Amino acid sequence: MSEKKTKRRDFLFTATTAVGAVGAAAVVWPMVDQMNPDASVKALASTEVDVSSLTPGNTLTVLWRGKPVFIRRRTKEEIDEARSVKMDELIHPEKDEDRAKNPEWLVMLGVCTHLGCVPLNDKGDYNGWFCPCHGSHYDTSGRIRKGPAPLNMEVPKYEFVNANTIKIG
Amino acid sequence: MSDHDYRPKSKVGQWFNDRLPLLTLANHLTDYPTPKNLNYWWTFGGILTFCLITQIVTGLTLAMHYIAHADMAFESVEHIMRDVNYGWLIRYIHANGASMFFLAVYIHIFRSLFYGSYKSPREIIWILGIIIYLLMMAAAFMGYVLPWGQMSFWGATVITNLFSAIPLVGEGIVTWLWGGYSVDNPTLTRFFTLHYLIPFLILGLVVLHIWALHVPGNNNPVGIDIKKPSKDTVPFHPYIVIKDGFALLMFMIVFAFFVFYAPNILGHADNYIEANPMVTPAHIVPEWYLLPFYAILRSVPDKLLGVVAMLSAILILAVLPWLDTSKIRSAVFRPLYKQFYWILVADVLILGYVGAMPAEGLYLLIARVATAYYFLHFLVILPILGFKEKTLPVPLSITEPVLGGSPNLASARNKESKIE
Repeated sequence: MSEKKTKRRDFLFTATTAVGAVGAAAVVWPMVDQMNPDASVKALASTEVDVSSLTPGNTLTVLWRGKPVFIRRRTKEEIDEARSVKMDELIHPEKDEDRAKNPEWLVMLGVCTHLGCVPLNDKGDYNGWFCPCHGSHYDTSGRIRKGPAPLNMEVPKYEFVNANTIKIG
Repeated sequence: MSDHDYRPKSKVGQWFNDRLPLLTLANHLTDYPTPKNLNYWWTFGGILTFCLITQIVTGLTLAMHYIAHADMAFESVEHIMRDVNYGWLIRYIHANGASMFFLAVYIHIFRSLFYGSYKSPREIIWILGIIIYLLMMAAAFMGYVLPWGQMSFWGATVITNLFSAIPLVGEGIVTWLWGGYSVDNPTLTRFFTLHYLIPFLILGLVVLHIWALHVPGNNNPVGIDIKKPSKDTVPFHPYIVIKDGFALLMFMIVFAFFVFYAPNILGHADNYIEANPMVTPAHIVPEWYLLPFYAILRSVPDKLLGVVAMLSAILILAVLPWLDTSKIRSAVFRPLYKQFYWILVADVLILGYVGAMPAEGLYLLIARVATAYYFLHFLVILPILGFKEKTLPVPLSITEPVLGGSPNLASARNKESKIE
């Protein structure tokens, strides 16, 4: 057997396999991607909330992208408590100044970063939130302080459209 | 084996069998030589087959009335319960059938652990079994989501969020699983599709499981290799068929008790409240058959490591044939293993109990100790035991201890002569 012949076969074999693999991947990808959020889900990306009725010390919970969003109008004490915490005491260090640009208003996803339950208001060891599922405690800035959750509750993109209306998303 | 020489008696049978040897297969299954000392713990294979068929048949009928849509699923289940003729019966059989399925599979698995049925040459049977068990858990979990009650919704949220523990791609995978930014209608429809598919995958794996079983043949309570066919075996039909049938009947009494007298005792009242993404129930508990693994998940204070521990607890079973270094199969001849076996049984039951309790204080401590012991059993005790343990002498055949060293020699002889 001459070496040239085997090489020709090898080339055909490799080329066929390669083209076949590319073709298979091209078919598999649409099957995989169809499971990602579709256009109608993505279209519901933002929501506007009227917060004029909210008094200090109260929380409004609204639904955004199927998830609850906490809008908390914080009291003076809560703000002071959140801002006086030293960074090295935190599991996930984030300044309250970065989480709440306007200190009176805290807007964040009401979703525990452990396994996605909705934490309860005004509960827990840090006067913020407490997740009943697996016992994570959050402070008045929604930062994780104790328990299995790895991260602070997420602050979504939001803005004040006017003095009374917040647009989330 | 004799099946290769099998020829159907009738001309038609021969004609058919020459073209598709189905009758040879049927003959193999009826004549299949089975160890004559199989006890009632060996009847759960047949019981599990019954459970699978029951779930498929009741599932198909429920699917004719159920609507997989976030706005209608909950109501359609109530419609099944109240309006559909015998809908309540079919749904209660299906819901309790899942629990019965797991009850039987746990007995089946622990039978294997006691008698060393997972050891060479039966590793592939065992691994196929673990895959079936994993698929059962997936099917049960997705089925529990379909009624779209509070436990459905939040159970789905918690379990799918387990994937978010994966570094870097975790969040992307969860969004992909949900088809959105939370558990919602796209999640429900795909869960329904997969819940419908998985039982048929299980059915295919069961065929492989039994095929693999028929290569070496059944293990037995003595755990020795036997000659087949021989004095140590009986044909599958009628001996095992009758024994399996009787055990199945007993099992069905238990099954019927739950269906007719306590149909909701294994469920959770919160699931009769429609799913509400704004409120998490105060106490999320999975179905009883997942509790030990749930306890392991919660006993680890780190999110990623908790998920890793939970998955390892299941996957460690797949490598069990290589972790257990003892050459002796049956615990009957392993005095030390026998004690560790029962400690493991207790350990798993304790894990199940604390899994249902809140993860705090003493419960958390117990869960941590029990989790540590679970892994200790498989990773340390079993490998060492194989080398250190002084095993008891193993008989050469099944018949030998019956006719030989048994203290009740006379009665054993009597029994033997009655059979022959």
